[in-house]
Amino acid sequence: MAQDKALVELLYSLADDDFILAYRGSEWLGLAPHIEEDVAYSSINQDMMGHAVKFYSILEELGEGKADELSHLRAPERFRNAVLLEEKNGEGTYLEQPQFDWAFAVVRNYFYSVHKKIRMQSLKQSSYDPLTDSASKVLIELQYHLMHWETWFKQLMTSTDEAKRRMTAAIERCWNEMDGVLTLGPFAEEMISKGYIASEEEMRRKWLAHMEKTFEQVGAHLPGELGMTKGNGRQGEHIEDLNQALSTLSEVYETNPAAGW
Amino acid sequence: MTGIESKQMADTIYDVLQGVKDPEIDSVSILDLGMVEGVEVEGPLAKVGVLPTFTGCPALGIIQRDIVNAIIEVEGISEVEVNFLSKPIWTTDRITDQGKEQLKEFGISPPPANHTPGEPWEIPCPYCGSVYTTMENLFGPTACRCILYCRSCKNPFEAMKPVANIGDDE
Ligand SMILES: [Zn+2]
Repeated sequence: MAQDKALVELLYSLADDDFILAYRGSEWLGLAPHIEEDVAYSSINQDMMGHAVKFYSILEELGEGKADELSHLRAPERFRNAVLLEEKNGEGTYLEQPQFDWAFAVVRNYFYSVHKKIRMQSLKQSSYDPLTDSASKVLIELQYHLMHWETWFKQLMTSTDEAKRRMTAAIERCWNEMDGVLTLGPFAEEMISKGYIASEEEMRRKWLAHMEKTFEQVGAHLPGELGMTKGNGRQGEHIEDLNQALSTLSEVYETNPAAGW
Repeated sequence: MTGIESKQMADTIYDVLQGVKDPEIDSVSILDLGMVEGVEVEGPLAKVGVLPTFTGCPALGIIQRDIVNAIIEVEGISEVEVNFLSKPIWTTDRITDQGKEQLKEFGISPPPANHTPGEPWEIPCPYCGSVYTTMENLFGPTACRCILYCRSCKNPFEAMKPVANIGDDE
Protein backbone atom coordinates (compact mmCIF):
# COMPACT_ATOMS: atom_id res chain seq x y z
CA MET A 1 0.00 0.00 0.00
CA ALA A 2 1.28 3.42 -0.94
CA GLN A 3 2.14 5.61 2.01
CA ASP A 4 -1.01 7.44 3.05
CA LYS A 5 0.43 10.22 5.16
CA ALA A 6 -2.91 11.50 6.44
CA LEU A 7 -3.96 8.08 7.63
CA VAL A 8 -0.63 7.36 9.27
CA GLU A 9 -0.59 10.74 11.04
CA LEU A 10 -4.13 10.18 12.30
CA LEU A 11 -3.21 6.75 13.66
CA TYR A 12 -0.16 8.15 15.42
CA SER A 13 -2.21 10.84 17.10
CA LEU A 14 -4.79 8.27 18.25
CA ALA A 15 -2.18 5.81 19.52
CA ASP A 16 0.13 8.37 21.11
CA ASP A 17 -2.67 10.21 22.93
CA ASP A 18 -3.79 7.03 24.70
CA PHE A 19 -0.26 5.78 25.23
CA ILE A 20 1.08 8.89 26.93
CA LEU A 21 -1.99 9.60 29.03
CA ALA A 22 -2.12 5.96 30.15
CA TYR A 23 1.52 6.26 31.15
CA ARG A 24 0.84 9.39 33.20
CA GLY A 25 -2.09 7.58 34.75
CA SER A 26 0.06 4.59 35.66
CA GLU A 27 2.42 6.88 37.59
CA TRP A 28 -0.50 7.46 39.95
CA LEU A 29 -0.59 3.79 40.97
CA GLY A 30 -0.48 3.61 44.75
CA LEU A 31 -0.90 7.36 45.07
CA ALA A 32 -4.57 7.81 44.16
CA PRO A 33 -6.83 9.30 46.87
CA HIS A 34 -8.04 5.90 48.05
CA ILE A 35 -7.58 2.22 47.29
CA GLU A 36 -10.77 1.85 45.27
CA GLU A 37 -9.55 4.65 43.05
CA ASP A 38 -6.22 2.90 42.62
CA VAL A 39 -8.08 -0.15 41.32
CA ALA A 40 -10.30 1.90 39.03
CA TYR A 41 -7.63 4.21 37.67
CA SER A 42 -5.18 1.41 36.93
CA SER A 43 -7.94 -0.54 35.19
CA ILE A 44 -8.69 2.50 33.03
CA ASN A 45 -5.01 2.90 32.20
CA GLN A 46 -4.79 -0.74 31.23
CA ASP A 47 -7.75 -0.30 28.87
CA MET A 48 -6.17 2.81 27.36
CA MET A 49 -2.85 1.05 26.88
CA GLY A 50 -4.84 -1.64 25.07
CA HIS A 51 -6.38 0.98 22.81
CA ALA A 52 -2.95 2.39 22.01
CA VAL A 53 -1.74 -1.12 21.12
CA LYS A 54 -4.67 -1.50 18.76
CA PHE A 55 -3.74 1.66 16.88
CA TYR A 56 0.00 0.87 16.89
CA SER A 57 -0.87 -2.56 15.47
CA ILE A 58 -2.70 -0.96 12.55
CA LEU A 59 0.42 1.14 11.94
CA GLU A 60 2.48 -2.03 12.03
CA GLU A 61 0.23 -3.55 9.38
CA LEU A 62 0.74 -0.44 7.29
CA GLY A 63 4.46 -1.06 7.37
CA GLU A 64 5.45 1.59 9.91
CA GLY A 65 7.47 -0.87 11.98
CA LYS A 66 6.81 -3.11 14.95
CA ALA A 67 4.23 -1.87 17.47
CA ASP A 68 6.68 -2.26 20.40
CA GLU A 69 9.29 -0.23 18.60
CA LEU A 70 6.83 2.44 17.57
CA SER A 71 5.90 2.97 21.19
CA HIS A 72 9.35 2.60 22.72
CA LEU A 73 11.99 3.65 20.27
CA ARG A 74 10.63 6.70 18.44
CA ALA A 75 12.23 10.07 19.04
CA PRO A 76 10.01 12.57 20.91
CA GLU A 77 9.58 14.79 17.85
CA ARG A 78 7.96 11.86 16.05
CA PHE A 79 5.19 11.64 18.65
CA ARG A 80 1.84 13.13 17.67
CA ASN A 81 0.07 13.25 21.04
CA ALA A 82 -1.28 16.52 22.38
CA VAL A 83 1.03 18.36 24.78
CA LEU A 84 -1.65 18.45 27.51
CA LEU A 85 -1.51 14.66 27.76
CA GLU A 86 2.26 14.45 28.24
CA GLU A 87 2.45 17.01 31.05
CA LYS A 88 3.69 15.73 34.39
CA ASN A 89 1.15 14.89 37.08
CA GLY A 90 2.76 17.45 39.36
CA GLU A 91 6.00 18.06 41.19
CA GLY A 92 8.30 15.17 42.07
CA THR A 93 8.21 11.70 40.56
CA TYR A 94 6.22 8.62 41.43
CA LEU A 95 9.29 7.29 43.23
CA GLU A 96 10.38 10.43 45.02
CA GLN A 97 8.14 12.92 46.79
CA PRO A 98 5.24 12.87 44.38
CA GLN A 99 3.26 16.08 44.84
CA PHE A 100 0.72 15.09 42.22
CA ASP A 101 -2.37 17.15 41.53
CA TRP A 102 -5.54 15.05 41.66
CA ALA A 103 -7.72 17.86 40.33
CA PHE A 104 -5.49 18.04 37.27
CA ALA A 105 -5.78 14.25 36.81
CA VAL A 106 -9.58 14.39 37.02
CA VAL A 107 -10.00 17.36 34.69
CA ARG A 108 -7.45 16.18 32.13
CA ASN A 109 -8.94 12.68 31.98
CA TYR A 110 -12.48 13.97 31.89
CA PHE A 111 -11.82 16.49 29.11
CA TYR A 112 -9.90 13.88 27.16
CA SER A 113 -12.50 11.12 27.58
CA VAL A 114 -15.32 13.34 26.38
CA HIS A 115 -13.32 14.17 23.27
CA LYS A 116 -12.29 10.57 22.80
CA LYS A 117 -15.92 9.51 22.73
CA ILE A 118 -16.74 12.11 20.09
CA ARG A 119 -13.69 11.09 18.11
CA MET A 120 -14.52 7.37 18.30
CA GLN A 121 -18.13 7.98 17.30
CA SER A 122 -16.82 9.75 14.25
CA LEU A 123 -14.35 6.94 13.50
CA LYS A 124 -17.21 4.47 13.62
CA GLN A 125 -18.27 6.05 10.32
CA SER A 126 -14.72 6.10 8.96
CA SER A 127 -14.01 5.10 5.37
CA TYR A 128 -11.11 3.02 6.69
CA ASP A 129 -12.42 -0.30 8.04
CA PRO A 130 -9.74 -1.06 10.65
CA LEU A 131 -10.58 2.29 12.27
CA THR A 132 -14.29 1.52 12.24
CA ASP A 133 -13.75 -1.85 13.91
CA SER A 134 -11.38 -0.48 16.53
CA ALA A 135 -13.63 2.45 17.36
CA SER A 136 -16.61 0.20 18.03
CA LYS A 137 -14.62 -1.83 20.53
CA VAL A 138 -12.98 1.18 22.17
CA LEU A 139 -16.33 2.95 22.62
CA ILE A 140 -17.70 0.14 24.76
CA GLU A 141 -14.82 0.34 27.22
CA LEU A 142 -14.63 4.11 27.08
CA GLN A 143 -18.22 4.38 28.29
CA TYR A 144 -17.05 3.21 31.73
CA HIS A 145 -14.11 5.61 31.78
CA LEU A 146 -16.36 8.50 30.98
CA MET A 147 -18.83 7.59 33.73
CA HIS A 148 -15.93 7.39 36.15
CA TRP A 149 -14.36 10.76 35.34
CA GLU A 150 -17.66 12.55 35.03
CA THR A 151 -18.59 11.37 38.53
CA TRP A 152 -15.32 12.68 39.96
CA PHE A 153 -15.64 15.94 38.05
CA LYS A 154 -19.17 16.67 39.21
CA GLN A 155 -18.58 15.59 42.79
CA LEU A 156 -15.45 17.67 43.26
CA MET A 157 -17.07 20.67 41.57
CA THR A 158 -19.92 20.56 44.06
CA SER A 159 -17.74 19.76 47.07
CA THR A 160 -15.79 21.95 49.50
CA ASP A 161 -14.39 25.38 48.68
CA GLU A 162 -10.90 23.97 48.52
CA ALA A 163 -11.98 21.29 46.05
CA LYS A 164 -13.66 23.93 43.89
CA ARG A 165 -10.61 26.17 44.05
CA ARG A 166 -8.31 23.35 42.97
CA MET A 167 -10.70 22.19 40.27
CA THR A 168 -11.07 25.70 38.91
CA ALA A 169 -7.30 26.03 38.64
CA ALA A 170 -7.06 22.66 36.86
CA ILE A 171 -9.88 23.55 34.50
CA GLU A 172 -8.15 26.78 33.54
CA ARG A 173 -4.89 24.96 32.97
CA CYS A 174 -6.46 22.26 30.78
CA TRP A 175 -8.67 24.72 28.94
CA ASN A 176 -5.59 26.67 27.89
CA GLU A 177 -4.12 23.58 26.25
CA MET A 178 -7.23 21.67 25.14
CA ASP A 179 -7.08 22.94 21.56
CA GLY A 180 -3.98 20.79 21.20
CA VAL A 181 -6.17 17.74 21.82
CA LEU A 182 -9.01 18.90 19.59
CA THR A 183 -6.82 19.75 16.61
CA LEU A 184 -6.20 17.20 13.87
CA GLY A 185 -2.92 18.78 12.83
CA PRO A 186 -1.37 19.69 9.48
CA PHE A 187 -3.05 16.84 7.59
CA ALA A 188 -6.56 17.70 8.76
CA GLU A 189 -7.97 18.54 5.35
CA GLU A 190 -6.84 15.30 3.77
CA MET A 191 -8.08 13.23 6.74
CA ILE A 192 -11.52 14.75 6.34
CA SER A 193 -11.72 14.67 2.54
CA LYS A 194 -10.75 10.99 2.55
CA GLY A 195 -13.55 10.31 5.02
CA TYR A 196 -11.30 9.06 7.80
CA ILE A 197 -12.68 11.33 10.48
CA ALA A 198 -15.10 14.23 11.06
CA SER A 199 -13.92 17.81 10.90
CA GLU A 200 -12.19 19.52 13.77
CA GLU A 201 -14.94 22.15 13.89
CA GLU A 202 -17.69 19.57 14.26
CA MET A 203 -15.87 17.70 17.02
CA ARG A 204 -14.98 20.93 18.84
CA ARG A 205 -18.61 22.05 18.71
CA LYS A 206 -19.79 18.73 20.17
CA TRP A 207 -17.15 18.83 22.87
CA LEU A 208 -18.10 22.35 23.89
CA ALA A 209 -21.79 21.42 23.91
CA HIS A 210 -21.05 18.52 26.26
CA MET A 211 -18.96 20.76 28.51
CA GLU A 212 -21.63 23.43 28.60
CA LYS A 213 -24.12 20.85 29.85
CA THR A 214 -21.78 19.53 32.53
CA PHE A 215 -20.70 22.96 33.74
CA GLU A 216 -24.30 24.07 33.94
CA GLN A 217 -25.17 21.01 36.06
CA VAL A 218 -22.53 21.95 38.62
CA GLY A 219 -23.35 25.66 38.54
CA ALA A 220 -20.12 26.76 36.85
CA HIS A 221 -19.35 28.76 33.73
CA LEU A 222 -17.17 27.77 30.83
CA PRO A 223 -13.85 29.64 30.77
CA GLY A 224 -13.18 31.81 27.72
CA GLU A 225 -11.46 30.73 24.52
CA LEU A 226 -9.81 27.35 24.28
CA GLY A 227 -6.06 27.52 23.87
CA MET A 228 -2.91 25.75 22.78
CA THR A 229 -0.04 27.64 24.34
CA LYS A 230 2.77 25.10 24.70
CA GLY A 231 2.98 23.78 21.18
CA ASN A 232 1.12 21.60 18.70
CA GLY A 233 1.91 17.96 19.41
CA ARG A 234 0.20 16.94 16.17
CA GLN A 235 3.14 18.45 14.31
CA GLY A 236 5.79 17.09 16.65
CA GLU A 237 6.07 20.04 19.02
CA HIS A 238 6.51 18.88 22.60
CA ILE A 239 7.79 19.96 25.99
CA GLU A 240 10.54 18.50 28.18
CA ASP A 241 7.96 16.38 30.05
CA LEU A 242 7.64 14.07 27.04
CA ASN A 243 11.37 13.28 27.05
CA GLN A 244 11.14 12.35 30.71
CA ALA A 245 8.08 10.13 30.09
CA LEU A 246 9.63 8.35 27.12
CA SER A 247 12.98 7.69 28.74
CA THR A 248 11.26 6.19 31.80
CA LEU A 249 8.89 4.20 29.63
CA SER A 250 11.53 2.70 27.39
CA GLU A 251 14.14 1.99 30.05
CA VAL A 252 13.35 -1.72 30.31
CA TYR A 253 12.73 -2.16 26.61
CA GLU A 254 16.04 -0.59 25.68
CA THR A 255 17.89 -2.74 28.22
CA ASN A 256 16.47 -5.94 26.81
CA PRO A 257 14.24 -5.71 23.73
CA ALA A 258 13.61 -9.46 23.87
CA ALA A 259 12.13 -9.37 27.37
CA GLY A 260 8.61 -10.72 27.61
CA TRP A 261 5.90 -8.36 28.90
CA MET B 1 -9.02 -35.16 4.66
CA THR B 2 -12.67 -35.30 3.63
CA GLY B 3 -15.26 -32.74 4.61
CA ILE B 4 -16.75 -35.11 7.15
CA GLU B 5 -13.36 -35.80 8.68
CA SER B 6 -12.60 -32.07 9.03
CA LYS B 7 -15.96 -31.60 10.65
CA GLN B 8 -15.22 -34.39 13.12
CA MET B 9 -11.80 -32.94 13.75
CA ALA B 10 -13.34 -29.51 14.45
CA ASP B 11 -15.75 -31.14 16.92
CA THR B 12 -12.83 -32.80 18.67
CA ILE B 13 -11.09 -29.46 18.90
CA TYR B 14 -14.18 -27.85 20.42
CA ASP B 15 -14.15 -30.59 23.06
CA VAL B 16 -10.53 -29.82 23.81
CA LEU B 17 -11.24 -26.09 24.02
CA GLN B 18 -13.75 -26.82 26.76
CA GLY B 19 -10.67 -27.42 28.91
CA VAL B 20 -9.08 -24.04 28.16
CA LYS B 21 -9.99 -21.52 30.85
CA ASP B 22 -9.66 -17.80 31.27
CA PRO B 23 -6.63 -17.67 33.63
CA GLU B 24 -8.29 -14.89 35.59
CA ILE B 25 -11.57 -16.79 36.06
CA ASP B 26 -10.40 -20.36 36.02
CA SER B 27 -13.79 -21.99 36.50
CA VAL B 28 -15.12 -20.95 33.09
CA SER B 29 -13.90 -22.16 29.72
CA ILE B 30 -13.24 -19.73 26.92
CA LEU B 31 -16.05 -21.45 25.01
CA ASP B 32 -18.58 -20.68 27.73
CA LEU B 33 -17.28 -17.13 27.91
CA GLY B 34 -18.16 -16.84 24.23
CA MET B 35 -14.61 -16.01 23.22
CA VAL B 36 -14.28 -18.60 20.45
CA GLU B 37 -15.68 -17.41 17.15
CA GLY B 38 -14.74 -20.35 14.96
CA VAL B 39 -12.55 -23.37 14.39
CA GLU B 40 -11.27 -24.40 10.96
CA VAL B 41 -9.22 -27.42 10.11
CA GLU B 42 -7.08 -27.59 6.98
CA GLY B 43 -5.21 -30.88 7.01
CA PRO B 44 -2.80 -30.79 9.95
CA LEU B 45 -3.47 -27.09 10.56
CA ALA B 46 -6.09 -25.91 13.07
CA LYS B 47 -7.18 -22.27 13.02
CA VAL B 48 -9.03 -20.76 15.95
CA GLY B 49 -10.67 -17.34 15.87
CA VAL B 50 -10.78 -15.67 19.28
CA LEU B 51 -12.56 -12.51 20.41
CA PRO B 52 -10.77 -10.52 23.12
CA THR B 53 -13.07 -9.58 25.99
CA PHE B 54 -11.36 -6.28 26.79
CA THR B 55 -8.77 -4.67 24.50
CA GLY B 56 -6.05 -4.36 27.11
CA CYS B 57 -6.65 -7.76 28.67
CA PRO B 58 -3.20 -9.01 29.72
CA ALA B 59 -4.45 -12.62 29.76
CA LEU B 60 -4.72 -12.80 25.97
CA GLY B 61 -1.16 -14.03 25.54
CA ILE B 62 -1.72 -16.78 28.09
CA ILE B 63 -5.02 -17.80 26.50
CA GLN B 64 -3.32 -17.98 23.13
CA ARG B 65 -0.57 -20.20 24.54
CA ASP B 66 -3.08 -22.46 26.33
CA ILE B 67 -5.13 -22.90 23.17
CA VAL B 68 -2.05 -23.92 21.20
CA ASN B 69 -0.86 -26.30 23.91
CA ALA B 70 -4.27 -27.94 24.15
CA ILE B 71 -4.94 -28.41 20.44
CA ILE B 72 -1.45 -29.53 19.49
CA GLU B 73 -2.12 -32.68 21.53
CA VAL B 74 -4.95 -33.68 19.20
CA GLU B 75 -3.90 -36.53 16.94
CA GLY B 76 -3.57 -35.40 13.35
CA ILE B 77 -2.91 -31.74 14.23
CA SER B 78 0.64 -30.46 13.97
CA GLU B 79 0.09 -26.73 13.70
CA VAL B 80 -2.22 -24.33 15.52
CA GLU B 81 -2.98 -20.78 14.53
CA VAL B 82 -4.79 -18.44 16.93
CA ASN B 83 -6.23 -15.29 15.41
CA PHE B 84 -7.59 -12.48 17.56
CA LEU B 85 -10.48 -11.02 15.60
CA SER B 86 -11.73 -7.45 15.76
CA LYS B 87 -15.09 -8.50 14.34
CA PRO B 88 -17.59 -9.43 15.66
CA ILE B 89 -17.18 -7.64 18.94
CA TRP B 90 -17.30 -9.72 22.10
CA THR B 91 -20.32 -8.86 24.20
CA THR B 92 -21.47 -10.34 27.48
CA ASP B 93 -24.55 -11.88 25.87
CA ARG B 94 -22.16 -14.39 24.28
CA ILE B 95 -21.65 -16.04 27.68
CA THR B 96 -23.53 -19.34 27.79
CA ASP B 97 -26.02 -20.30 30.52
CA GLN B 98 -23.50 -22.80 31.82
CA GLY B 99 -20.87 -20.05 31.81
CA LYS B 100 -23.17 -17.83 33.87
CA GLU B 101 -23.65 -20.57 36.46
CA GLN B 102 -19.91 -21.17 36.65
CA LEU B 103 -19.27 -17.45 37.11
CA LYS B 104 -21.60 -17.48 40.11
CA GLU B 105 -19.72 -20.41 41.60
CA PHE B 106 -16.58 -18.33 41.29
CA GLY B 107 -18.31 -15.53 43.23
CA ILE B 108 -18.91 -13.37 40.18
CA SER B 109 -22.40 -12.24 39.36
CA PRO B 110 -23.04 -12.79 35.64
CA PRO B 111 -24.00 -9.81 33.46
CA PRO B 112 -27.70 -9.01 33.09
CA ALA B 113 -29.39 -10.34 29.96
CA ASN B 114 -31.17 -7.25 28.69
CA HIS B 115 -29.26 -4.21 29.74
CA THR B 116 -29.37 -0.77 28.12
CA PRO B 117 -25.83 0.63 27.96
CA GLY B 118 -25.30 3.52 30.32
CA GLU B 119 -28.33 2.66 32.46
CA PRO B 120 -27.95 1.37 36.01
CA TRP B 121 -28.33 -2.37 36.25
CA GLU B 122 -29.71 -4.65 38.92
CA ILE B 123 -27.07 -7.04 40.17
CA PRO B 124 -28.14 -9.94 42.38
CA CYS B 125 -25.66 -11.24 44.95
CA PRO B 126 -24.10 -14.51 43.68
CA TYR B 127 -24.21 -15.92 47.24
CA CYS B 128 -27.72 -15.17 48.49
CA GLY B 129 -29.52 -13.86 45.42
CA SER B 130 -30.51 -10.57 47.04
CA VAL B 131 -30.68 -7.49 44.83
CA TYR B 132 -30.12 -5.27 47.85
CA THR B 133 -26.58 -4.57 46.66
CA THR B 134 -24.46 -1.48 46.17
CA MET B 135 -21.77 -0.76 43.61
CA GLU B 136 -18.48 -0.17 45.39
CA ASN B 137 -16.34 0.22 42.31
CA LEU B 138 -17.17 0.22 38.63
CA PHE B 139 -13.71 -1.25 38.10
CA GLY B 140 -12.36 -4.43 39.62
CA PRO B 141 -9.33 -6.70 39.78
CA THR B 142 -9.57 -7.37 36.05
CA ALA B 143 -10.84 -5.22 33.19
CA CYS B 144 -14.09 -7.16 32.86
CA ARG B 145 -15.18 -7.05 36.49
CA CYS B 146 -16.57 -4.57 39.02
CA ILE B 147 -16.84 -4.74 42.82
CA LEU B 148 -20.10 -4.73 44.80
CA TYR B 149 -21.34 -5.23 48.32
CA CYS B 150 -24.38 -7.24 49.37
CA ARG B 151 -26.36 -5.49 52.08
CA SER B 152 -28.34 -8.64 52.83
CA CYS B 153 -25.63 -11.21 53.50
CA LYS B 154 -22.92 -8.57 54.01
CA ASN B 155 -20.50 -10.10 51.55
CA PRO B 156 -18.43 -8.22 49.04
CA PHE B 157 -18.64 -9.76 45.58
CA GLU B 158 -17.76 -9.12 41.99
CA ALA B 159 -19.86 -8.85 38.87
CA MET B 160 -19.11 -9.02 35.21
CA LYS B 161 -19.55 -5.61 33.61
CA PRO B 162 -22.28 -5.64 31.00
CA VAL B 163 -20.68 -5.16 27.60
CA ALA B 164 -23.01 -4.45 24.71
CA ASN B 165 -22.48 -2.89 21.35
CA ILE B 166 -23.51 0.71 21.80
CA GLY B 167 -25.31 2.79 19.24
CA ASP B 168 -24.42 6.26 18.07
CA ASP B 169 -26.07 8.16 20.87
CA GLU B 170 -24.77 11.66 21.48
ZN1 LIG C 1 -25.79 -11.69 49.46
